[in-house]
Amino acid sequence: MDKNLNVLIVDDYKTMLRIIRNLLKQLEFDNVEEASDGQEALSKLRTGNFGLVISDWNMAPMTGLDLLKEVRADARLKDTPFIMITAESKTENVVAAKQAGVSNYIVKPFNAETLRGKIEKVLGNA
Amino acid sequence: MPDGNPPDQIEAAVRAVLGTLSGDLTVTEAALLGELEALGREVKRAKSEIAALSVEDINESHIPAATDELDAVVEHTATATNEILDACETLESLQSKLDEGSAQALGNAVTRIYEACSFQDITGQRIAKVVSALKAIEARVAAVTGSFGSLPSAVGKRADATEGEQLANGPQLPTNASSQADIDALLASFD
Repeated sequence: MDKNLNVLIVDDYKTMLRIIRNLLKQLEFDNVEEASDGQEALSKLRTGNFGLVISDWNMAPMTGLDLLKEVRADARLKDTPFIMITAESKTENVVAAKQAGVSNYIVKPFNAETLRGKIEKVLGNA
Repeated sequence: MPDGNPPDQIEAAVRAVLGTLSGDLTVTEAALLGELEALGREVKRAKSEIAALSVEDINESHIPAATDELDAVVEHTATATNEILDACETLESLQSKLDEGSAQALGNAVTRIYEACSFQDITGQRIAKVVSALKAIEARVAAVTGSFGSLPSAVGKRADATEGEQLANGPQLPTNASSQADIDALLASFD
């Protein structure tokens, strides 16, 4: 697993971005960038070179699901591993995310072990 | 008929109909008169009950005060969470100065604090749901006190909302929420 890859974390709560960034640091992922909604994330993805996206769902003006669809529809970005971390825990949400091509799905509140396990699974398969 | 509120219009209509009834009344007319008088009394009673409720206070002070308080809760928890995270980062920077066992123990404790700090996001989303419910109540109270006319339609998702917006429900109550294990099983069922 390449821990030098660039990770984009997306959440409208600054505290959550900080928590995820710190947990990633513990997992030795030091190249982390942040965006506070789907639109900002998409422009960073289009101009940058990211090997993993970790995104919240419930954000404006662009939700995480809509970001995921944009990523999967973009010829250059479509294979980027994409983990959703969200409080949305309804079956319909998980199904919609899966159908849109999510790589894995973590429900908030989550623990560091779950995050580590999902990243390993997703990057192992990448 | 006056231009006033629907309740005033009903009262005026009752009075107008009563004014046209004169001379000997048939049984049907007498029954109608009785019904109209009852209707007039009912309207008058409803008006005084609504006045007694002082519903204007709800929109003028109670709901704005409640939403301000809730916004302040979110702000305070964000400030406190950032303080906690500052302290955690300071602790983590000391890890290299400790022996291996202590450094590990400190690292584990800090991780647990990071995990717990996600409460700020979850509670913030729950409070946002309550604020939006209060705003819906405010709109309905305004419609009722303004007139007995049409109520605004329930606050819902826009018709042109994306799938992501339509499915943005926020956190479920613990009894309804799926666990990580439930979600893992659901995802595995697609493979």
